Amino acid sequence: MARKPFVGRRPFWLIVGSAAIAITIYGLYLAGMRPARLIESGLLAMTPLALAAVGEVINERSGQINIGIEGIFLISAVAGVYWAEVSNSGLLGVIVGGAFGGMVGAILGLLNTYGRAEQVIAGMALNIMASGLFQYLLMAIWAFPGIHIFPRQLVIPRVTIPIPGGGELAISPITLAAIAITILATLMLYRTLLGLRIRAAGEKPEAVDVAGLSVNRIRILSSILAGFLAGLGGAFMPLGWFGGLVKEITAGRGFIALAAVVFSGLNPMTALAATFIFGFAEGVAFTVVVTPGVKEAVPFHFIQMIPYILTIAILAIFAASRRFPRALGKPYVRE
Amino acid sequence: MVQLPPLTSGKAGKLFSRVAESLLAVAVGLLGGAILMLLYGYDVPTAYRALFLGAFGDLSGFLETLAFATPLIMTGLTFGVALRSGLFNVGAEGQMYMGAIGAVIIGGRLSLPPILHVILATIFAMVLGALWSLPAALLKISRGVHEVVSTIMLNWVSFWLVTYLITYQLADPARAERAVPAQETARYIVIGSSLTTVFPVVIAVALAIYFILWRTTIGYELRIVGYNQDAARYAGISIPRSFIISFIIGGVMAGLAGASQVIGRPPHWTVFATMGNLINLGFEGIGVSLIGRNHPIGIIFASIFYGGLLHGGRFMEFEAGVASELVRAINGIIIIALAVPGALEIVRRILRRRETVHGT
Repeated sequence: MARKPFVGRRPFWLIVGSAAIAITIYGLYLAGMRPARLIESGLLAMTPLALAAVGEVINERSGQINIGIEGIFLISAVAGVYWAEVSNSGLLGVIVGGAFGGMVGAILGLLNTYGRAEQVIAGMALNIMASGLFQYLLMAIWAFPGIHIFPRQLVIPRVTIPIPGGGELAISPITLAAIAITILATLMLYRTLLGLRIRAAGEKPEAVDVAGLSVNRIRILSSILAGFLAGLGGAFMPLGWFGGLVKEITAGRGFIALAAVVFSGLNPMTALAATFIFGFAEGVAFTVVVTPGVKEAVPFHFIQMIPYILTIAILAIFAASRRFPRALGKPYVRE
Repeated sequence: MVQLPPLTSGKAGKLFSRVAESLLAVAVGLLGGAILMLLYGYDVPTAYRALFLGAFGDLSGFLETLAFATPLIMTGLTFGVALRSGLFNVGAEGQMYMGAIGAVIIGGRLSLPPILHVILATIFAMVLGALWSLPAALLKISRGVHEVVSTIMLNWVSFWLVTYLITYQLADPARAERAVPAQETARYIVIGSSLTTVFPVVIAVALAIYFILWRTTIGYELRIVGYNQDAARYAGISIPRSFIISFIIGGVMAGLAGASQVIGRPPHWTVFATMGNLINLGFEGIGVSLIGRNHPIGIIFASIFYGGLLHGGRFMEFEAGVASELVRAINGIIIIALAVPGALEIVRRILRRRETVHGT
């Protein structure tokens, strides 16, 4: 069970990935785009993915799998925006979004443990339910179908950070929080008793049981934590990034976060790096779409496909070499 | 007191128990929907009455319900057949888009003699659907990529590819927001309301799937793989082969679902760039398959039920002001209830406990 913390098991591929990003940035710079803007949009796209992926790393370490991240994104996006409008604070909205995510996580945890649910099906059900609920709530709360734009001042302001070589980056405080949470999650998983228990619940639940601890409680706690983080990510999308709610707001991001989790081999720091690569691809896609000269030559439909194709390609390269907890997806039943 | 038969008491008891579980889950879903409506002050009895009367109240409503059920039977089988082989194929959505665009290409662009045209358009749609299901199956076998993630990604690639084709390559010169409508010769015959002869075709295909699964070697092997991979390997069954076959069957089904919305559905006989007449039908198949216990016959009945919800949802929206998307939330709750194997057991335990309380 001893794994090297902090450094991913495949640092080589991360170096290759960083090099690829650096070359892409240089190429786009030559084409007349500003690299700082690309990194900014990459970091924005990374944030919800990273929060959800780190949560899901903890969840899968404890022996559960949640396919329903997309659903948590949708539910917490509505809850977050609603609360931001009521309290007139975007930040409070994000936190309430997280709380709703945690509640959904608690329900999923209960179903996974005491209900012995088929986890993949429960997760898909959550996605389907949330996509219906999202549009129902938009009508029920704001009486307008499919889209809701809220006052601009609710969008969480970005902080500017100077970068070496002149210029500055505008970064959302939630992005910085996501990076801090990833570091904390790594410390928690590898350096604390709770982390040890979570990993044991996924790897050898019998041992946890024999030690007199409840496997189910550890798993429910992990599921709440994962739900909370995914909820932060879901509420961040409207409140820290898009400035509005539309029914396609998630666009498969919950599954891209899952792909990052698979890629990482359940290491939070590697998952963060992977979400930056995915986020960057999306940022490039966004930027390229609106670049004069490019947008006439290539239909934006093809550029929109890039993040999804990249996700499949990265999984095709790495998925087979990853090892997952022995009890992943299996409810613990005492024999 | 209510006496439920034990879970394993012969074939009839098992069937009864399965149907009871599905009905219980449906009840939980409708209850969840009612709670959601109460939270926002909607009139629950009016909403549900409008929904069920609209869907099953008269003949034209029922025919419309069957028209809604048609694609769901197929996308339900996409998920159901894959699950029988132990896989989660949630790619019906994207495979269905490919099928629809296939039907548009043959049905809208070619000129062929009447019956041949329909057959060719249907077959081409099925082939495209099957082709779109293959990458996920091959990645699963060769690279161990989880099929849920790969099929969802392929759904999105398919979404952008098909919207591109509708907008740039197959746009209707008269109305740019949609693809060219299928020609008269490529259309299934209208039976009544918007139900066409594609419905009996779909039913026949579902029965054929039943036959394949339970009466042929291929189907037997496929089910053994889903039941116990170790046993299948020991018996010399090729697991990759079964995976590929189950995905191809699923893709063919989803392709037909797409075709049924183009050459089997008046009044437009085409797809719009927003794909309003396709979106979500693939995902709703998951719920349909689970309500129908992943059995072709069960899926037919579940599709008619859920098709009724989809059709009746419009009446619910009109008469009670409830957004029709609530139906999808109800579907999700039903699936969650079905994903919990302990659900019926818990109910049984509560009933038993009450019995002992009354007895003492």
